[in-house]
Amino acid sequence: MDALLFWILAAVAVVASLLVVGQRNPMYSVLLLIVSFCALSGLYVLLGAPFVAAIQIIIYAGAIMVLFLFVVMLLNVPTEDPPTGYHARLFGGAGPRRFGAVLALVFVVELAWALREMAGTTIGRGAPSSVYDIGVRLFRDYGFAFEATSLLILVAMVGAIVLARKEPS
Amino acid sequence: MEGFLPILIMIGLGVGFAAGSVLLSQFLGPRKPSAEKSAPYECGMPAVGDARERQSIKFYLVAMVFLLFDIEVAFLYPWAVAFRDLGMVGFWQLVTFFLLLVTGFIYVWRKGAFDWGEERHGR
Repeated sequence: MDALLFWILAAVAVVASLLVVGQRNPMYSVLLLIVSFCALSGLYVLLGAPFVAAIQIIIYAGAIMVLFLFVVMLLNVPTEDPPTGYHARLFGGAGPRRFGAVLALVFVVELAWALREMAGTTIGRGAPSSVYDIGVRLFRDYGFAFEATSLLILVAMVGAIVLARKEPS
Repeated sequence: MEGFLPILIMIGLGVGFAAGSVLLSQFLGPRKPSAEKSAPYECGMPAVGDARERQSIKFYLVAMVFLLFDIEVAFLYPWAVAFRDLGMVGFWQLVTFFLLLVTGFIYVWRKGAFDWGEERHGR
């Protein structure tokens, strides 16, 4: 049952992510990213991390995707310009695309290395997984970091206001 | 893991109902399209202009503030579950956390991020 669920969710996540890249319409890309996030959330549940799964939905699919959507709407790009000779010039195209390709390569190498290093080790043994454990650890052992987070959020709020304010003219 | 079976069933029912309704109406419903019917419906008014207008930065600001308070609420769940064992220390920890964020909320409010009054949005 778990294995079946894993393969279904993994397939949904991978296919949705590929479609995000493949879409011309940025709006569809954002919506497909939500599908990918939901599938990831299911994978977190299978890993025994229900809190991370809930956070994935609440914060990523709920709030961060709204930000992405607003960025798309602020910039108002109806469709991406179709790249010409895309496959032929994957590494030889314009600056941003070449940069993206290099970045993707770095990620793949990094991922392969990480998987090789982690092979055979059990991840997360003894780490808090249930919401209760996280609560206790967060407030007992990491109380200061928790309070510091509120300062970080405060700074982010002030920063957003300052950046988006109207220039006095 | 076991506790998530109801959620899975719930998702299945939700998706099934949505897909089922669309498919059934596709097969069972009569279809007599006319120019009037296939026009985009906007409260009975004739549609004007393009739906893809550039939006005001204010929407982004509201979304940003929403994200920050969403993160704040996310911290509430583990606290609420472990509340009884955390005792008064945990309570005051959270009160401090909240007070700092309420300061931010007052700041955002006073700066007028939620004002949608006089000036027209856009441009």
